[in-house]
Amino acid sequence: MKKDIILCGVGGQGILSIATIIGEAATKAGIHLKQAEVHGMSQRGGDVQSNLRLSTEEIHSDLIALGSADLIISMEPMEALRYLPYLAENGTVVTSSQPFVNIPNYPDEAVVRAELEALPHVAMLPIEDLAKENNMPKSANVILLGMAARYLDILSADELRAAVARVFERKGEAVVSANMKAFELGLKG
Amino acid sequence: MKEKRLLLGDEAVALGALHAGLSGVYAYPGTPSTEITEFIQGNKLAQERGVHSRWCTNEKTAMEAALGMSYAGKRALVCMKHVGMNVCADAFVNSAITGVNGGLVVLAADDPSMHSSQNEQDSRFYAKFAMIPVLEPSSQQEAYDMMADAFRLSEELKTPVMMRIVTRLAHSRAAVEVGEAITATALPVVEDKSWVLLPAIARRQYQKLIDKQPMMEKAAEESHYNKMEHAAGSKLGVIACGIAYNYVMEAGAEGINVLKVSQYPLPEAQIEQLAAGSGAILVVEDGQPVVEQAVRALVGKDYKVMGRLTGDLPRTGELTPDNVAAALGKPTAPVFEASKIVAPRPPQLCPGCGHRDVYTALNKVAAEYPGARIFGDIGCYTLGALPPYQSIASCVDMGASITMAKGAADAGLFPAIAVIGDSTFTHSGMTGLLDAVNDQSNITVVISDNLTTAMTGGQDSAGTSKYEAICTGLGVEPEHVRVVVPLPKNMDEITRIIREEIEYRGVSVIIPRRECIQTLRRHKKQ
Repeated sequence: MKKDIILCGVGGQGILSIATIIGEAATKAGIHLKQAEVHGMSQRGGDVQSNLRLSTEEIHSDLIALGSADLIISMEPMEALRYLPYLAENGTVVTSSQPFVNIPNYPDEAVVRAELEALPHVAMLPIEDLAKENNMPKSANVILLGMAARYLDILSADELRAAVARVFERKGEAVVSANMKAFELGLKG
Repeated sequence: MKEKRLLLGDEAVALGALHAGLSGVYAYPGTPSTEITEFIQGNKLAQERGVHSRWCTNEKTAMEAALGMSYAGKRALVCMKHVGMNVCADAFVNSAITGVNGGLVVLAADDPSMHSSQNEQDSRFYAKFAMIPVLEPSSQQEAYDMMADAFRLSEELKTPVMMRIVTRLAHSRAAVEVGEAITATALPVVEDKSWVLLPAIARRQYQKLIDKQPMMEKAAEESHYNKMEHAAGSKLGVIACGIAYNYVMEAGAEGINVLKVSQYPLPEAQIEQLAAGSGAILVVEDGQPVVEQAVRALVGKDYKVMGRLTGDLPRTGELTPDNVAAALGKPTAPVFEASKIVAPRPPQLCPGCGHRDVYTALNKVAAEYPGARIFGDIGCYTLGALPPYQSIASCVDMGASITMAKGAADAGLFPAIAVIGDSTFTHSGMTGLLDAVNDQSNITVVISDNLTTAMTGGQDSAGTSKYEAICTGLGVEPEHVRVVVPLPKNMDEITRIIREEIEYRGVSVIIPRRECIQTLRRHKKQ
């Protein structure tokens, strides 16, 4: 069994934290993992992505081939569309529905939404609003992880919950409980 | 049981070096190599052992300090991004002539596809030029394991050993099985005069290096990092170098002979054997066609060799599972059509960054001078080339802003303005400023000082709190070294000072100084 995941968004949105949590869960479960990240100049307000590969078998390539990602997990709707050629035919897109507009030529938001809705398997939530309404403004990325948990298969929700707790442990009880709540919110959908 | 840790390729290199008894790492930050030194700086064992890990001013000072540590009998590591090899090339090439005492490993992190670089030069050429061995790991595990072998090989051969990695290994995480940390026995300090490269001695030393070549070749032929996997009745032979091996295995190696190459000089006997057992050879290597050219020369022009030079793989850019699968003739998965509405989202200067105010002011004043040119340099502020600023006319290499402005001023261009960051200035700008002072060149140098090496993530900057003293020390008139605080509310003052210094016929330096907002945020948290 394998899960190839493209994590994407805009620099600073917290996609690497999602990768850290999934990585923590996978390591604990003894699953093979490779995760290629983007560091350096491209992080500053530009598009960022990470290739995360999980498998019960040995993994060779650090990069995901075109047409073979089981999941695109995106913090931003247009960024989800950027990586469509990597999505497998029966793959799923899990994305925030709220645009992050920091460029003058951002496309029409309704068109972005329509393109996403036309895909065979897509899950969308306004995660930034949900995070604010629920007093967890910094946990939008963990809401997204909760949404993705329904499609991860190779890791159970419990394994991911435990990883959320371990990753945020250092930051104290309040941060852990906010993120646990965020995870449940996303999981519920 | 051995411990398993999830490590970036860079971290695997760092831990491998520490566990091999490293005494010092010497480096200047550069993507994708930065995390190696950072890992050692934050490592408990390194602190307990007193491993040197402070950042150096540039790659040349790093290379020379590491060579000095080797002379004194201890194991040293130098790390840099590929273009850093250009900066340290003099010391690097000659370190093969002096030879080494304590093990010396030179790690070069290449950046095919130029994710964060201005070219995709291949460091294996440098190793070939200096005539030293290269280790090129295919995985994070090999990166860790190879470090101990690299130090051992360096001490056996008494030459530096290069380890070459690429972005996709440096910045990719995987589980690594780690072993025990050993303590390396310090060797006695060099006693003879063989390191004094006067012509008479250098000729002898160069001959010694030539005489070591068969030993290097033998080490590569016998290396367990190079291995042949034969498929019965196969027509195609594939040479897979470093991480290229992973893409070949991902595509599936059924029905092909594969020679994995992770140690150089090239194992020529194995390549001849591969050629004899196959009808054609495909060379898969990340970077430039270093091996492809060597294989062509080895097998002769009647033998079919495919690779980047023949267009079977793209001539530029990094390898991907897709272009390797295509070169192997493997079927690919159907893909969704690319969305036509997605707009590019280039990186940009952070909101509130001081460089923004510097460019706002420069653009305002430059607009008053039709012939004005702003020569840029390497750092976050290179983003001043993009909208909304579009201020800079050039970005070439570390320090070139000052010297290019000088040359342009020599040619009569006015006003010639240089913009350089604080860390880039101490890396390679100071000598150029001295040239300008000695020539009384008519240039205005802006040292945009954010108190850190920001682009690589906020490492210490070598000259912090010393810039005025450095500039006046090099001979810039004290009244023409001006310090401003780049904030919108100071715009009138900043533009007035820029105007005054442009009008001054000679070398002037303006230092807009305000801490990087990323490091400021981090400092506030602590």
